[in-house]
Amino acid sequence: MADFLLEIGLEEVPARMIAGAEAELGRRVNELLTRERLLGAAAKVTTYSTPRRLAVLVEDVLASQADIEEQLTGPSWKVSFKDDAPTAAAEAFAKKAGVPVSALQKVTNAKGEYVGATVKRQGRITSELLASELPKEVLGLYWAKNMYWRAGKPERFVRPLRWLVALLDAAVVPLEIAGIKAGNASRGHRILHGESAVVIDAPKSYSEKLRGAFVAVNVTERRESIRKALDAATRTVAGARWREDEALIETVVHLTEWPTVLLGNFEPEYLALPEEVLVTVMRDHQKYFAVEGADKKLAPHFLTVLNTQVDAEGEAIIRHGNARVLRARFKDAQFFWEFDQKIPLAERVESLKNVTFQKELGSYHWKTQGNLAVAKALAATVQAAGVVLDEAALLKAVELAKTDLTAELVKEFTELQGVIGGLYAQAQGLGETVGKAIYSQYLPASIEDAIPETVEGQLLGLADRIQTIVAMFGIGSAPTGSKDPFALRRAANSIVKILAESGLPLHLSNVLDASAAEGANKDQVAAFLGERLNFYLKDVRGFAYDVVNAVLAAGADDVRDAIARAEALTAARQSDDFAAISAAFKRIKNILRQAEEKGFGLQAASGIVLSPEAQQLADAAGLLAPEVAALRKLRFYGQALEAIATLRPVVDAFFDKVMVLDPDPALRGAHLALIDQVLREFSGIADFSEIVTA
Amino acid sequence: MPISESATPLKPTALTFQELLFRLQAFWAERGCILQQPYDVEVGAGTMAPETFLRVQGPKPYRVGYAQPSRRPADGRYGENPNRLFRHTQFQLILKPPPVNVQELYLKSLEAIGIDLSKHDLKFEEDNWEGPTVGAWGVGWQVMLDGLEITQFTYFQQCGGLDLDPICSELTYGLERIAGFLQDVDSIYDIVWARDPETGAEVTYGDVRLTEELQYSVYNFESADVEKLWEHFRLYEAEAQALLAQANALLAKEDATAAEKRRFPLLSTYELALKCSNLFNLLDARGAISVTERVGMIGRIRTLAVGAAKVYAAQQVIA
Repeated sequence: MADFLLEIGLEEVPARMIAGAEAELGRRVNELLTRERLLGAAAKVTTYSTPRRLAVLVEDVLASQADIEEQLTGPSWKVSFKDDAPTAAAEAFAKKAGVPVSALQKVTNAKGEYVGATVKRQGRITSELLASELPKEVLGLYWAKNMYWRAGKPERFVRPLRWLVALLDAAVVPLEIAGIKAGNASRGHRILHGESAVVIDAPKSYSEKLRGAFVAVNVTERRESIRKALDAATRTVAGARWREDEALIETVVHLTEWPTVLLGNFEPEYLALPEEVLVTVMRDHQKYFAVEGADKKLAPHFLTVLNTQVDAEGEAIIRHGNARVLRARFKDAQFFWEFDQKIPLAERVESLKNVTFQKELGSYHWKTQGNLAVAKALAATVQAAGVVLDEAALLKAVELAKTDLTAELVKEFTELQGVIGGLYAQAQGLGETVGKAIYSQYLPASIEDAIPETVEGQLLGLADRIQTIVAMFGIGSAPTGSKDPFALRRAANSIVKILAESGLPLHLSNVLDASAAEGANKDQVAAFLGERLNFYLKDVRGFAYDVVNAVLAAGADDVRDAIARAEALTAARQSDDFAAISAAFKRIKNILRQAEEKGFGLQAASGIVLSPEAQQLADAAGLLAPEVAALRKLRFYGQALEAIATLRPVVDAFFDKVMVLDPDPALRGAHLALIDQVLREFSGIADFSEIVTA
Repeated sequence: MPISESATPLKPTALTFQELLFRLQAFWAERGCILQQPYDVEVGAGTMAPETFLRVQGPKPYRVGYAQPSRRPADGRYGENPNRLFRHTQFQLILKPPPVNVQELYLKSLEAIGIDLSKHDLKFEEDNWEGPTVGAWGVGWQVMLDGLEITQFTYFQQCGGLDLDPICSELTYGLERIAGFLQDVDSIYDIVWARDPETGAEVTYGDVRLTEELQYSVYNFESADVEKLWEHFRLYEAEAQALLAQANALLAKEDATAAEKRRFPLLSTYELALKCSNLFNLLDARGAISVTERVGMIGRIRTLAVGAAKVYAAQQVIA
């Protein structure tokens, strides 16, 4: 039993790509060793990564493949042996199989008698096998962006490959990838260790040897040490906490080989800038963690994660340098903030004419006019349904929503578009309702995000998005396949989410009716919104696909109602009675379809004597229908479904005893009318025939 | 206070602006680089100078370094903003092909300008470069020193719309930023440009360049005659187009000799494209280009640059 280590040494790999590549390398090596029967019973695969390396350690690898015996079958026995003497055919087969003619045996199978040979195939040596197979696996790793570096451009990879370590116990596996031959020499931290080689004597000593060279190869360990160091550095400020930011933690974990943390300060005067701007500069531009005081407000400190370890003098230098950069950026932001105030948002509406929204459609001024019309219509709809809102504030917010596109601060921090407009609106005395609506217009930015808090913000968000979708569909820019350059799917997802999570009395059709959509354009967008609702129920809410299909078949306009029906159906489908009902409904649909194909008509049962089972079904359905309708009206979907499930005995009896497509046209017509009625009266919550039953 | 800021962590004897340039030039000259002088036509970046844009084409190895004043008219701030300039200086380095230890050499160059890496935090963070006006892109990093981007490090993959082979690495040092960092000043204008070795008298960046920043900002934002700029653009573009047409006709001509093809003035043609690029930047600073026109203008400049690169590449392989 041996241990295997592979380390791929690289120039700094983009932080965002490392975790995926580390996992993929582990998977590929594991699959290769499994495929080649090289894993021992106690095999264990561990992966490592830093910005400069990907590594995988496999414990309990076999030194070679086990030998295998193979049974080969040759020509027919008759051809091979004449009077017990081998013919030329037998000799040729023996030669090909690599055995003496005397070792050939008679094999009898279904087709007859043949000559056969048992061949021992020697297992390959692990080291040789890895040397020939691993390069393909390594070069097959997926990278979001690749590059060439060698003359003649023989291969592409994320960054130039600079060294390779490949060991099977203490022996080097003779690999070569991208012109680099594997050895046992790794490299340490660029600065703390320098350029001398770090010799790895055995695979299992890998992480310890590198620790000695100031490289922590274990990602989990680096993540933990960064969290602890952030805590420790923050404790030097009484009552302070660092702002949790998982995405930033992941970034700095993959930007460092030997992380340490420093707390720095900035001048408290900059706290007068909006927190959003300060945090954006720190997090997005500088990769610093923000610090807050006991009052949860931003404190004038920052935390930076270093990729080195320095003495006190170094700490002072690095703290000073980072603070200097931050100060310059804050100063810029402050300058832009003050500069922007010279032209209030209200005076910027005209200049939106110079900002293109979409070449074929028009400017953001045009877009704003469109948004206003939609917002007015939406406001009228919800007000008619009794919603109280500040319509003047809503329309003001819609009018000014895009004006921050002309602000210098937004040009500097494009990711704060909307947020900055909202802050400016408040600073310019336009009131909290206007400010909040503008501020939150791009919420939810993703499907995990929260929706705008206020009704005005929700309506602005709906108006803006439906206007965009309808206009883009109108010029033939609907998303196709993986192509959605204008992020229209995301926009529609946000519409669905706002309708699902707000209390707004709006259906998808109300939103669409408020827009300028007509004719084919409107049908297309309606179908698109329906698709997005389907996605929302399945992928965001996690309902089973058949539940979603069943629920949407019975109505796909009222988002919150669809969710309630899906919840009830998910619970109800667990019962046996309900499963039987679903199966029966599927049967009903099939029979009705057959009947239609054959031209069989439905006919009222008056004057016809039905069999007892058919009559019982008619009676039970007639009795239950008003009850179910009442429960549906109250949206007591769970109870309604339970009630429907009580039909099972009569439905089962009906299908057991009654020949639906009776030769007698009158009887047949009556049966068909009966099941058609059952289907119609009980499919309002969901089309049960869509439910997949075992 | 929880943390005491050390008063002067950096030595007062930090390199002057001109010493910084000397040291970088000496460092790379010692490693086999040709030192070129700044290109004498307006460019937005060192990449646009022919020593980079054209030399990266074709198979011939080349190593060159030069300080390139780079004009970005829209970035001017009348000399009032301590961090922004209309014209900054890039020390541009092209290593074609890149040596395997290019990153290690780069770190040594930082030591050569007085940065003790054991006292600093250095990271190579992903930053891929794309220049749509010149049909170029590459992958690489921004080099961050104590949170400050000091160098752009790019492995060019394509330039002038042509795939490169060999690949080259481009290192662009931001001289003002590095000098400000070394000298620990909060304003670019306070950078010491030169210090008299005898008297110790200092000349600052502001002494040398402040007037230029002010006057060019006035010209770029206020005085430049938009109609004339358009006219200049059209004239330069027309001449460049005409020359490119001649070049392509000549290259396609079967009985043209190698000597005829080699003497075609491609370098001058490319210079006309650079003129167009600078005029475009000026028009942009004047707010004379709408968002819709912008895309078209970038396309026109790209056509000239890509056309020039193709002719240059063809000239390189003429037997």
